[in-house]
Amino acid sequence: MEEDAETRKISSSFLRDHSYATEAADIISTVEFNHTGELLATGDKGGRVVIFQREQEVKSKNQPHRRGEYNVYSTFQSHEPEFDYLKSLEIEEKINKIRWLPQQNAAYFLLSTNDKTVKLWKVSERDKRPEGYNLKDEDGRLRDPSMITVLRVPVLRPMDLMVEATPRRVFANAHTYHINSISVNSDYETYMSADDLRINLWNFEITNQSFNIVDIKPANMEELTEVITAAEFHPHHCNTFVYSSSKGTIRLCDMRTAALCDRHAKFFEEPEDPSNRSFFSEIISSISDVKFSHSGRYIMTRDYLTVKVWDLNMENRPIETYQVHDYLRSKLCSLYENDCIFDKFECVWNGSDSVIMTGSYNNFFRMFDRNTKRDVTLEASRENSKPRAILKPRKVCVGGKRRKDEISVDSLDFSKKILHTAWHPSENIIAVAATNNLYIFQDKVN
Amino acid sequence: MGEEEGLHQTPFLDTMFVRGLKRKCFDGEEDIEGTLAGIKAIPSYNLQRQSLLDMSLVKLQLCHMLVEPNLCRSVLIANTVRQIQEEMTQDGTWQMINTQSTGQASLDRLVSTDILCRSSRDQAEGKHVPAYGTFNKDFENDQAQDSSDTMSTASAVQAPRNLQSSVWEMENPQENKGNFQKSLDQIFETLENKSPNSVEDLFSEVDNSYYDLDTMLTGMMSNTKMGHCDSLETFSSSTNTASNSNCKSDLNDLDHIVEILVES
Repeated sequence: MEEDAETRKISSSFLRDHSYATEAADIISTVEFNHTGELLATGDKGGRVVIFQREQEVKSKNQPHRRGEYNVYSTFQSHEPEFDYLKSLEIEEKINKIRWLPQQNAAYFLLSTNDKTVKLWKVSERDKRPEGYNLKDEDGRLRDPSMITVLRVPVLRPMDLMVEATPRRVFANAHTYHINSISVNSDYETYMSADDLRINLWNFEITNQSFNIVDIKPANMEELTEVITAAEFHPHHCNTFVYSSSKGTIRLCDMRTAALCDRHAKFFEEPEDPSNRSFFSEIISSISDVKFSHSGRYIMTRDYLTVKVWDLNMENRPIETYQVHDYLRSKLCSLYENDCIFDKFECVWNGSDSVIMTGSYNNFFRMFDRNTKRDVTLEASRENSKPRAILKPRKVCVGGKRRKDEISVDSLDFSKKILHTAWHPSENIIAVAATNNLYIFQDKVN
Repeated sequence: MGEEEGLHQTPFLDTMFVRGLKRKCFDGEEDIEGTLAGIKAIPSYNLQRQSLLDMSLVKLQLCHMLVEPNLCRSVLIANTVRQIQEEMTQDGTWQMINTQSTGQASLDRLVSTDILCRSSRDQAEGKHVPAYGTFNKDFENDQAQDSSDTMSTASAVQAPRNLQSSVWEMENPQENKGNFQKSLDQIFETLENKSPNSVEDLFSEVDNSYYDLDTMLTGMMSNTKMGHCDSLETFSSSTNTASNSNCKSDLNDLDHIVEILVES
């Protein structure tokens, strides 16, 4: 935020509340605003997609200027659980990623993917229906042609708004491993899907073929030591994309150089700090998310303890490094034991690329202002924030004396992790997924 | 895996794995006895390293029965195991533990660890896991070759835990390959000091293992060496050749289905 932390005012509106016991299927697994910010899509572990729409802002003298709130717009089942009979394994229906396509007509299009299959969904509104057919009556029953004496022209009459989602394309059978990323190309004709070892390029119109553009599977699987963790297209250059690895490296590839982009054009890696070396060094260096800035000049990467901003023109080290929760560095063994060290946190830019945000544990999430170098820790929880309340900054106490409002490291709840967040493309509205609850925070307008 | 339990599991290990943990180097002049003394004098580092190794192996062994394991996680854990193994090899502690525990490095006497694990698990579950016959010649050949490796590595890891009582001699090398992740066997192979480059075996055919007939039957990775699995890849999600029967509960029923697939 452009204002500093103390004067930051954020109000909260709380949506999608499940007051009964947490259902595993309701765990939100991805959150994404569309390109205008009018729509917000969430995917969950049960394979459902819920789309929220921002209501039109009401400007009237009677009520104070009220920012549009997000209400449920459409809900549909995107993916179903499948069983791979050959391998005797289930294919989870969990939605790993949702990506919106830019809007080109009245309908909205989004890509949603589980571990194996990408689907293109069309979400369209219907608020009129034709009435006055000749051959069938209003209930749809066929009329007896011999009883028809007069011909009439059907007319469109208004009806209650109906939002329907239909699957327009299904892109299946192209991934042996689990899909972790999808990214729409700036040409709006192609997109890529990335799994642990391969990246495929698709054309939206063609579902039975895809081009393999990256393949890091070793000829001898015994030599496998590195996997792809995330991938994204450049926001403006349709030939450029990046992918990150479990070894903490980022590769930028140019599709013009070769059909198979196994040779990178740029290779981003920070030299290891020898003083921090431990058995867990590699694991915590594994990059869980990579995002281009809106400008296309920078990329941001998230590893277990830090967020790093890289300049595309400098490969040997990041230009900025932000500590998300460095107090966990001394707890890595416990986090390894309970598998939390493998949690994949995402990171997001704000619209102007001046602030970056990422999640942490205990339902905390962090924001870093790149210009002022200020950072803040906030909490997404019902107990601590009522609707319209201003979020209070939180602080984790590392050692020694704990102040009243601080929370000690050992009291953190590691089952409450914020892995998925999203930032409105142009305004200071953020969506934070805390397990099975979605929080939407907005800047308070005075 | 107990995420809700917070960070109270291994405070001891946490303090030991504080940032900047460096491998303790032994002086070059020390002989084996000196190394032994050195080990005993600094038990904490090796203890913590061993604990980490054991934990990592358990992690690789546990897998979701129904869903494919997370490849990224497996790779990271395997790399950690490899790192520990390399360090232990350099330390010479691996050799030392080997000789210390059993008193002899004879491979014949030692038993496969997955037999150990199966026995302890079966005792816990109170059932006997049926062994199923192998279904192709490659598999059988590999078992004969791998059995010695597996047996030898078992002792090194088993010794600190002193699980001798629950062990039985491995009669049929084929029997124990059924229900366990291949990676575990591979891991133990890598820990065998004899072949320092065997660490690469860690992920031999990890891709093909997804199509491995063992995997298909048990839902876990196995260590069958693949020659035929490339052809099996074409079957993926194109046909439903197996029935809906519960693969894990009755392995014998799927034998003939497996044979059909193998022959194709």
